[in-house]
Amino acid sequence: MSRIVLDCRRMLCPMPVIKVQNQAANMAPGDELEAICTDPGALNDIPAWSRINGHEVLETRTQGDEYIVVVRVGEDAGS
Amino acid sequence: MTQQRKAVALISGGLDSLLAARVVQEQGVHVEGINFFTGFCVEGHTHAIRKKDRAKPKRNNALWVAEQLGMKLHIIDIIEEYKQVLFNPKHGYGANLNPCLDCKIFMVKKAHEWIRDNGFDFIITGEVIGQRPMSQRKDTMPVVANESGADDLLLRPLCARNLPETLPEREGWVDREQLFDFSGRTRKPQMALAEKFGFEDYAQPAGGCCFLTDAQYSQKLADLWQARGEKSYEMDDIMLLKVGRHLRPSPDYKLIISREEGEGNFMQGYRNQYLSLKTISHPGPLALIDGKVSEQDLQLAARILARYSKGKTADSVEVEIREKDATTRCIKVAPLGPLDVKPEWIL
Repeated sequence: MSRIVLDCRRMLCPMPVIKVQNQAANMAPGDELEAICTDPGALNDIPAWSRINGHEVLETRTQGDEYIVVVRVGEDAGS
Repeated sequence: MTQQRKAVALISGGLDSLLAARVVQEQGVHVEGINFFTGFCVEGHTHAIRKKDRAKPKRNNALWVAEQLGMKLHIIDIIEEYKQVLFNPKHGYGANLNPCLDCKIFMVKKAHEWIRDNGFDFIITGEVIGQRPMSQRKDTMPVVANESGADDLLLRPLCARNLPETLPEREGWVDREQLFDFSGRTRKPQMALAEKFGFEDYAQPAGGCCFLTDAQYSQKLADLWQARGEKSYEMDDIMLLKVGRHLRPSPDYKLIISREEGEGNFMQGYRNQYLSLKTISHPGPLALIDGKVSEQDLQLAARILARYSKGKTADSVEVEIREKDATTRCIKVAPLGPLDVKPEWIL
Protein backbone atom coordinates (compact mmCIF):
# COMPACT_ATOMS: atom_id res chain seq x y z
CA MET A 1 0.00 0.00 0.00
CA SER A 2 1.35 3.43 -0.89
CA ARG A 3 0.42 6.92 0.14
CA ILE A 4 0.83 9.92 -2.11
CA VAL A 5 0.58 13.57 -1.12
CA LEU A 6 -0.85 15.87 -3.79
CA ASP A 7 -0.15 19.59 -3.61
CA CYS A 8 -3.39 21.25 -4.75
CA ARG A 9 -2.64 24.62 -3.17
CA ARG A 10 -3.85 27.68 -5.11
CA MET A 11 -5.95 25.46 -7.37
CA LEU A 12 -9.64 26.25 -7.56
CA CYS A 13 -12.22 23.51 -7.91
CA PRO A 14 -12.60 21.44 -9.93
CA MET A 15 -8.82 21.31 -10.51
CA PRO A 16 -8.09 19.58 -7.15
CA VAL A 17 -10.74 16.99 -8.02
CA ILE A 18 -9.22 16.44 -11.46
CA LYS A 19 -5.77 16.06 -9.92
CA VAL A 20 -7.04 13.51 -7.38
CA GLN A 21 -9.02 11.66 -10.08
CA ASN A 22 -6.07 11.40 -12.45
CA GLN A 23 -3.72 10.26 -9.69
CA ALA A 24 -6.21 7.70 -8.36
CA ALA A 25 -6.51 6.17 -11.84
CA ASN A 26 -2.84 5.18 -11.57
CA MET A 27 -3.02 3.74 -8.07
CA ALA A 28 -4.00 0.36 -6.70
CA PRO A 29 -7.06 -0.33 -4.55
CA GLY A 30 -6.24 0.41 -0.92
CA ASP A 31 -3.61 3.05 -1.74
CA GLU A 32 -4.11 6.42 -0.10
CA LEU A 33 -4.07 9.94 -1.44
CA GLU A 34 -3.70 13.06 0.65
CA ALA A 35 -4.78 16.24 -1.13
CA ILE A 36 -3.64 19.54 0.38
CA CYS A 37 -5.91 22.31 -0.90
CA THR A 38 -6.51 25.99 -0.36
CA ASP A 39 -9.97 26.12 -2.00
CA PRO A 40 -12.50 25.24 0.72
CA GLY A 41 -14.74 23.84 -2.02
CA ALA A 42 -12.42 20.82 -2.05
CA LEU A 43 -13.88 19.76 1.31
CA ASN A 44 -17.16 19.10 -0.48
CA ASP A 45 -16.06 18.27 -3.99
CA ILE A 46 -13.40 15.62 -3.32
CA PRO A 47 -15.71 13.65 -0.97
CA ALA A 48 -18.58 13.95 -3.51
CA TRP A 49 -16.31 12.70 -6.29
CA SER A 50 -15.09 9.88 -4.02
CA ARG A 51 -18.63 8.77 -3.15
CA ILE A 52 -19.80 8.52 -6.75
CA ASN A 53 -16.64 6.82 -7.96
CA GLY A 54 -16.33 4.21 -5.23
CA HIS A 55 -13.50 5.64 -3.16
CA GLU A 56 -13.46 6.12 0.61
CA VAL A 57 -12.77 9.41 2.35
CA LEU A 58 -10.68 8.65 5.43
CA GLU A 59 -10.31 12.18 6.71
CA THR A 60 -11.16 15.80 6.03
CA ARG A 61 -9.62 18.52 8.12
CA THR A 62 -8.88 22.22 8.12
CA GLN A 63 -5.36 23.23 9.06
CA GLY A 64 -4.96 27.01 9.13
CA ASP A 65 -5.68 28.20 5.60
CA GLU A 66 -5.37 24.71 4.17
CA TYR A 67 -7.94 21.99 3.66
CA ILE A 68 -6.81 18.40 3.68
CA VAL A 69 -8.72 15.44 2.31
CA VAL A 70 -7.43 11.87 2.59
CA VAL A 71 -8.91 9.30 0.20
CA ARG A 72 -8.47 5.53 0.06
CA VAL A 73 -8.61 4.32 -3.52
CA GLY A 74 -11.50 1.97 -4.29
CA GLU A 75 -11.67 -1.34 -6.12
CA ASP A 76 -12.20 -0.06 -9.66
CA ALA A 77 -9.77 2.83 -9.47
CA GLY A 78 -8.60 2.68 -13.04
CA SER A 79 -12.05 2.54 -14.63
CA MET B 1 -29.37 -12.40 -22.34
CA THR B 2 -29.53 -8.92 -23.87
CA GLN B 3 -26.30 -6.98 -23.60
CA GLN B 4 -26.61 -3.94 -21.39
CA ARG B 5 -25.72 -0.90 -23.43
CA LYS B 6 -23.51 1.86 -22.08
CA ALA B 7 -23.84 5.58 -22.68
CA VAL B 8 -21.88 8.59 -21.57
CA ALA B 9 -23.81 11.77 -20.77
CA LEU B 10 -22.34 15.25 -21.07
CA ILE B 11 -23.03 16.72 -17.65
CA SER B 12 -22.90 20.47 -17.20
CA GLY B 13 -24.57 20.44 -13.81
CA GLY B 14 -27.75 22.02 -15.12
CA LEU B 15 -31.24 20.59 -15.28
CA ASP B 16 -31.31 19.51 -18.94
CA SER B 17 -28.31 17.19 -18.77
CA LEU B 18 -29.58 15.78 -15.46
CA LEU B 19 -32.92 14.91 -17.06
CA ALA B 20 -31.42 13.58 -20.28
CA ALA B 21 -29.19 11.16 -18.39
CA ARG B 22 -32.05 10.07 -16.14
CA VAL B 23 -34.40 9.43 -19.07
CA VAL B 24 -31.88 7.04 -20.59
CA GLN B 25 -31.10 5.40 -17.24
CA GLU B 26 -34.83 4.70 -16.94
CA GLN B 27 -34.55 2.54 -20.04
CA GLY B 28 -32.00 0.25 -18.43
CA VAL B 29 -28.92 1.72 -20.06
CA HIS B 30 -25.74 2.03 -17.96
CA VAL B 31 -24.94 5.74 -17.94
CA GLU B 32 -21.79 7.49 -16.77
CA GLY B 33 -21.23 11.23 -16.82
CA ILE B 34 -18.49 13.29 -18.40
CA ASN B 35 -17.80 16.89 -17.53
CA PHE B 36 -15.32 19.04 -19.42
CA PHE B 37 -13.38 21.77 -17.66
CA THR B 38 -12.35 24.55 -20.04
CA GLY B 39 -11.06 26.96 -17.42
CA PHE B 40 -13.96 29.30 -18.13
CA CYS B 41 -16.53 27.31 -16.18
CA VAL B 42 -18.31 29.41 -13.58
CA GLU B 43 -18.62 26.41 -11.25
CA GLY B 44 -16.93 27.03 -7.98
CA HIS B 45 -14.39 29.63 -8.85
CA THR B 46 -15.62 33.02 -7.84
CA HIS B 47 -17.25 31.95 -4.63
CA ALA B 48 -14.00 30.25 -3.68
CA ILE B 49 -12.21 33.57 -3.95
CA ARG B 50 -14.49 36.27 -2.58
CA LYS B 51 -14.79 36.34 1.16
CA LYS B 52 -18.42 37.43 1.12
CA ASP B 53 -19.30 34.32 -0.89
CA ARG B 54 -17.38 31.88 1.28
CA ALA B 55 -20.26 31.44 3.70
CA LYS B 56 -22.57 30.27 0.91
CA PRO B 57 -23.04 26.52 0.59
CA LYS B 58 -20.60 25.25 -2.02
CA ARG B 59 -21.19 22.40 -4.34
CA ASN B 60 -20.04 21.42 -7.76
CA ASN B 61 -23.28 20.93 -9.64
CA ALA B 62 -21.90 18.32 -12.04
CA LEU B 63 -20.83 16.19 -9.07
CA TRP B 64 -24.20 16.82 -7.43
CA VAL B 65 -26.02 15.66 -10.57
CA ALA B 66 -23.91 12.50 -10.75
CA GLU B 67 -24.67 11.76 -7.13
CA GLN B 68 -28.40 12.25 -7.68
CA LEU B 69 -28.25 9.82 -10.57
CA GLY B 70 -26.00 7.32 -8.80
CA MET B 71 -23.52 7.37 -11.64
CA LYS B 72 -19.79 7.88 -12.06
CA LEU B 73 -18.56 11.25 -13.26
CA HIS B 74 -15.36 11.75 -15.21
CA ILE B 75 -14.08 15.33 -15.09
CA ILE B 76 -11.77 16.04 -18.00
CA ASP B 77 -9.28 18.90 -18.12
CA ILE B 78 -9.42 20.35 -21.65
CA ILE B 79 -7.84 23.72 -20.81
CA GLU B 80 -5.01 23.48 -23.35
CA GLU B 81 -6.99 21.96 -26.22
CA TYR B 82 -9.81 24.43 -25.70
CA LYS B 83 -7.58 27.36 -26.63
CA GLN B 84 -7.83 26.55 -30.32
CA VAL B 85 -11.63 26.43 -30.05
CA LEU B 86 -11.66 29.87 -28.51
CA PHE B 87 -9.00 31.45 -30.73
CA ASN B 88 -10.39 30.29 -34.06
CA PRO B 89 -14.04 29.31 -33.82
CA LYS B 90 -15.15 28.12 -37.26
CA HIS B 91 -18.72 29.15 -36.54
CA GLY B 92 -17.79 32.43 -34.88
CA TYR B 93 -18.59 33.97 -31.54
CA GLY B 94 -21.95 34.70 -29.95
CA ALA B 95 -22.85 38.04 -28.40
CA ASN B 96 -19.54 38.01 -26.50
CA LEU B 97 -16.44 35.82 -26.85
CA ASN B 98 -18.54 32.68 -26.47
CA PRO B 99 -17.88 30.17 -29.26
CA CYS B 100 -20.91 28.11 -28.23
CA LEU B 101 -21.41 26.05 -31.38
CA ASP B 102 -17.73 25.20 -31.77
CA CYS B 103 -17.59 24.46 -28.05
CA LYS B 104 -20.46 21.99 -28.28
CA ILE B 105 -18.94 20.33 -31.35
CA PHE B 106 -15.60 20.05 -29.56
CA MET B 107 -17.12 18.54 -26.41
CA VAL B 108 -19.15 15.99 -28.35
CA LYS B 109 -16.02 15.14 -30.35
CA LYS B 110 -14.11 14.57 -27.10
CA ALA B 111 -16.98 12.46 -25.78
CA HIS B 112 -16.92 10.45 -29.00
CA GLU B 113 -13.22 9.76 -28.52
CA TRP B 114 -13.95 8.82 -24.91
CA ILE B 115 -16.63 6.24 -25.76
CA ARG B 116 -14.33 4.63 -28.33
CA ASP B 117 -11.52 4.41 -25.78
CA ASN B 118 -13.76 3.11 -23.00
CA GLY B 119 -16.06 0.70 -24.83
CA PHE B 120 -19.26 2.71 -24.53
CA ASP B 121 -22.02 2.65 -27.14
CA PHE B 122 -23.38 6.15 -27.51
CA ILE B 123 -23.46 9.75 -26.26
CA ILE B 124 -26.24 11.68 -24.53
CA THR B 125 -26.64 15.45 -24.29
CA GLY B 126 -29.34 17.57 -22.71
CA GLU B 127 -29.75 19.71 -25.82
CA VAL B 128 -33.21 21.01 -26.67
CA ILE B 129 -34.08 22.52 -30.04
CA GLY B 130 -34.51 26.26 -29.72
CA GLN B 131 -33.19 26.40 -26.16
CA ARG B 132 -30.05 28.41 -27.02
CA PRO B 133 -29.77 30.99 -29.79
CA MET B 134 -26.40 29.79 -31.11
CA SER B 135 -25.78 26.14 -30.38
CA GLN B 136 -29.19 24.60 -29.89
CA ARG B 137 -31.16 25.34 -33.03
CA LYS B 138 -32.87 23.02 -35.47
CA ASP B 139 -30.26 23.81 -38.12
CA THR B 140 -27.25 23.44 -35.79
CA MET B 141 -28.24 20.09 -34.27
CA PRO B 142 -27.00 18.13 -37.33
CA VAL B 143 -23.90 20.34 -37.49
CA VAL B 144 -22.90 19.24 -33.99
CA ALA B 145 -23.53 15.58 -34.83
CA ASN B 146 -21.66 15.74 -38.15
CA GLU B 147 -18.67 17.90 -37.32
CA SER B 148 -18.00 16.11 -34.02
CA GLY B 149 -17.86 12.81 -35.85
CA ALA B 150 -20.41 11.34 -33.45
CA ASP B 151 -23.13 11.30 -36.15
CA ASP B 152 -25.98 9.00 -35.16
CA LEU B 153 -24.29 7.95 -31.94
CA LEU B 154 -25.44 11.27 -30.48
CA LEU B 155 -28.80 11.03 -28.74
CA ARG B 156 -30.68 14.05 -27.37
CA PRO B 157 -33.36 12.40 -25.24
CA LEU B 158 -35.24 15.63 -24.44
CA CYS B 159 -35.93 16.49 -28.09
CA ALA B 160 -35.20 13.20 -29.87
CA ARG B 161 -38.69 12.90 -31.31
CA ASN B 162 -38.17 16.16 -33.20
CA LEU B 163 -35.02 14.77 -34.81
CA PRO B 164 -34.15 11.87 -37.14
CA GLU B 165 -33.73 8.48 -35.49
CA THR B 166 -30.30 7.77 -34.08
CA LEU B 167 -28.52 4.44 -33.92
CA PRO B 168 -29.54 3.71 -30.28
CA GLU B 169 -33.18 4.18 -31.32
CA ARG B 170 -32.94 2.16 -34.53
CA GLU B 171 -31.17 -0.69 -32.76
CA GLY B 172 -33.72 -0.70 -29.96
CA TRP B 173 -31.16 0.15 -27.26
CA VAL B 174 -33.61 2.87 -26.26
CA ASP B 175 -37.31 3.18 -27.01
CA ARG B 176 -37.94 6.35 -29.04
CA GLU B 177 -41.53 6.49 -27.77
CA GLN B 178 -40.23 7.08 -24.26
CA LEU B 179 -38.07 10.01 -25.33
CA PHE B 180 -39.33 13.59 -25.59
CA ASP B 181 -40.13 16.32 -28.10
CA PHE B 182 -39.28 19.42 -26.09
CA SER B 183 -38.53 22.59 -28.02
CA GLY B 184 -38.13 26.29 -27.48
CA ARG B 185 -36.94 28.39 -24.60
CA THR B 186 -39.68 27.45 -22.16
CA ARG B 187 -38.48 25.53 -19.12
CA LYS B 188 -41.89 24.22 -18.11
CA PRO B 189 -41.60 20.73 -19.64
CA GLN B 190 -38.22 20.24 -17.99
CA MET B 191 -39.53 21.45 -14.65
CA ALA B 192 -42.49 19.10 -14.91
CA LEU B 193 -40.20 16.19 -15.74
CA ALA B 194 -37.93 17.10 -12.84
CA GLU B 195 -40.93 17.02 -10.54
CA LYS B 196 -41.94 13.63 -11.89
CA PHE B 197 -38.49 12.26 -11.13
CA GLY B 198 -38.45 13.92 -7.71
CA PHE B 199 -35.57 16.33 -8.40
CA GLU B 200 -35.99 19.51 -6.40
CA ASP B 201 -32.70 21.14 -5.62
CA TYR B 202 -31.31 21.37 -9.14
CA ALA B 203 -29.17 24.27 -10.36
CA GLN B 204 -31.12 27.27 -11.64
CA PRO B 205 -31.41 28.74 -14.13
CA ALA B 206 -30.27 26.93 -17.26
CA GLY B 207 -27.16 28.35 -18.87
CA GLY B 208 -24.81 30.95 -17.51
CA CYS B 209 -22.23 28.29 -16.75
CA CYS B 210 -19.45 29.87 -18.81
CA PHE B 211 -17.63 33.15 -18.17
CA LEU B 212 -17.28 33.68 -21.93
CA THR B 213 -20.98 34.54 -22.17
CA ASP B 214 -20.40 37.42 -19.74
CA ALA B 215 -19.95 40.77 -21.51
CA GLN B 216 -17.58 42.26 -18.95
CA TYR B 217 -15.42 39.16 -18.76
CA SER B 218 -15.20 38.98 -22.55
CA GLN B 219 -14.23 42.64 -22.70
CA LYS B 220 -11.37 41.97 -20.29
CA LEU B 221 -10.23 38.95 -22.30
CA ALA B 222 -10.33 40.96 -25.55
CA ASP B 223 -8.27 43.66 -23.85
CA LEU B 224 -5.72 41.04 -22.76
CA TRP B 225 -5.34 39.81 -26.32
CA GLN B 226 -5.07 43.31 -27.70
CA ALA B 227 -2.41 44.28 -25.16
CA ARG B 228 -0.37 41.18 -25.97
CA GLY B 229 -0.79 41.58 -29.71
CA GLU B 230 -2.03 38.00 -30.05
CA LYS B 231 -4.73 35.65 -28.87
CA SER B 232 -3.06 33.80 -26.02
CA TYR B 233 -3.65 33.08 -22.34
CA GLU B 234 -2.53 30.87 -19.51
CA MET B 235 -4.68 29.52 -16.69
CA ASP B 236 -3.44 32.27 -14.35
CA ASP B 237 -4.59 34.92 -16.83
CA ILE B 238 -8.13 33.62 -17.01
CA MET B 239 -8.28 33.22 -13.24
CA LEU B 240 -7.17 36.81 -12.70
CA LEU B 241 -9.80 38.07 -15.16
CA LYS B 242 -12.35 36.81 -12.64
CA VAL B 243 -11.06 38.87 -9.72
CA GLY B 244 -10.61 42.52 -8.87
CA ARG B 245 -11.26 45.71 -10.80
CA HIS B 246 -9.15 46.01 -13.94
CA LEU B 247 -7.90 49.41 -15.09
CA ARG B 248 -5.69 50.12 -18.10
CA PRO B 249 -4.28 53.66 -17.87
CA SER B 250 -1.81 52.91 -20.69
CA PRO B 251 -1.56 50.34 -23.50
CA ASP B 252 1.61 49.04 -21.79
CA TYR B 253 0.13 47.87 -18.51
CA LYS B 254 -3.00 47.32 -16.50
CA LEU B 255 -3.75 47.32 -12.79
CA ILE B 256 -5.74 44.60 -11.08
CA ILE B 257 -7.03 45.99 -7.79
CA SER B 258 -8.64 43.71 -5.20
CA ARG B 259 -12.18 44.65 -4.19
CA GLU B 260 -12.30 42.85 -0.89
CA GLU B 261 -10.25 40.79 1.54
CA GLY B 262 -10.85 37.43 -0.12
CA GLU B 263 -9.66 38.74 -3.47
CA GLY B 264 -6.66 40.36 -1.80
CA ASN B 265 -5.69 37.06 -0.19
CA PHE B 266 -6.11 35.24 -3.48
CA MET B 267 -4.02 37.82 -5.35
CA GLN B 268 -1.22 37.59 -2.76
CA GLY B 269 -0.41 34.23 -4.32
CA TYR B 270 0.52 36.00 -7.56
CA ARG B 271 3.04 38.45 -6.11
CA ASN B 272 5.99 36.40 -7.34
CA GLN B 273 4.65 36.59 -10.90
CA TYR B 274 3.59 40.24 -11.02
CA LEU B 275 4.93 43.50 -9.68
CA SER B 276 2.53 44.52 -6.89
CA LEU B 277 1.53 47.63 -4.98
CA LYS B 278 0.05 47.98 -1.49
CA THR B 279 -0.85 51.05 0.53
CA ILE B 280 0.93 50.95 3.89
CA SER B 281 0.09 54.28 5.54
CA HIS B 282 -3.63 53.50 5.20
CA PRO B 283 -5.62 50.28 4.88
CA GLY B 284 -6.26 49.51 1.25
CA PRO B 285 -6.39 46.94 -1.48
CA LEU B 286 -3.61 45.03 -3.21
CA ALA B 287 -2.80 45.78 -6.84
CA LEU B 288 -1.01 43.59 -9.36
CA ILE B 289 0.56 45.16 -12.43
CA ASP B 290 0.34 43.22 -15.67
CA GLY B 291 2.69 44.66 -18.25
CA LYS B 292 5.75 46.90 -18.39
CA VAL B 293 5.87 50.08 -16.35
CA SER B 294 8.11 53.12 -16.26
CA GLU B 295 8.76 55.07 -13.06
CA GLN B 296 6.14 57.57 -14.24
CA ASP B 297 3.63 54.75 -14.79
CA LEU B 298 4.33 53.50 -11.28
CA GLN B 299 3.58 56.92 -9.83
CA LEU B 300 0.23 56.99 -11.60
CA ALA B 301 -0.54 53.37 -10.62
CA ALA B 302 0.22 54.21 -6.98
CA ARG B 303 -2.03 57.27 -7.14
CA ILE B 304 -4.85 55.17 -8.61
CA LEU B 305 -4.39 52.54 -5.90
CA ALA B 306 -4.41 55.23 -3.21
CA ARG B 307 -7.74 56.40 -4.62
CA TYR B 308 -9.24 53.02 -3.70
CA SER B 309 -7.68 53.00 -0.19
CA LYS B 310 -8.88 54.44 3.09
CA GLY B 311 -6.47 57.29 2.46
CA LYS B 312 -8.31 58.52 -0.62
CA THR B 313 -8.94 61.94 0.94
CA ALA B 314 -5.50 62.23 2.54
CA ASP B 315 -2.86 64.58 1.14
CA SER B 316 -0.35 61.78 0.86
CA VAL B 317 -0.44 57.99 0.93
CA GLU B 318 2.58 55.74 1.28
CA VAL B 319 2.63 52.86 -1.17
CA GLU B 320 4.92 49.84 -1.09
CA ILE B 321 6.17 48.62 -4.46
CA ARG B 322 7.12 44.96 -4.41
CA GLU B 323 9.15 43.46 -7.23
CA LYS B 324 8.65 39.85 -8.28
CA ASP B 325 11.85 38.93 -6.42
CA ALA B 326 10.31 40.30 -3.18
CA THR B 327 12.50 43.40 -2.98
CA THR B 328 10.47 46.40 -1.86
CA ARG B 329 10.60 50.16 -1.79
CA CYS B 330 8.13 52.83 -0.79
CA ILE B 331 6.88 55.98 -2.46
CA LYS B 332 4.56 58.71 -1.26
CA VAL B 333 1.82 59.88 -3.62
CA ALA B 334 -1.24 62.07 -3.66
CA PRO B 335 -4.36 59.98 -4.30
CA LEU B 336 -6.15 60.71 -7.55
CA GLY B 337 -9.31 62.75 -7.20
CA PRO B 338 -12.69 61.16 -7.77
CA LEU B 339 -12.93 62.54 -11.31
CA ASP B 340 -9.34 61.72 -12.24
CA VAL B 341 -9.91 57.99 -12.71
CA LYS B 342 -10.86 58.09 -16.38
CA PRO B 343 -13.84 55.95 -17.36
CA GLU B 344 -11.97 54.63 -20.41
CA TRP B 345 -9.36 53.09 -18.10
CA ILE B 346 -11.92 50.82 -16.49
CA LEU B 347 -12.27 47.45 -18.21
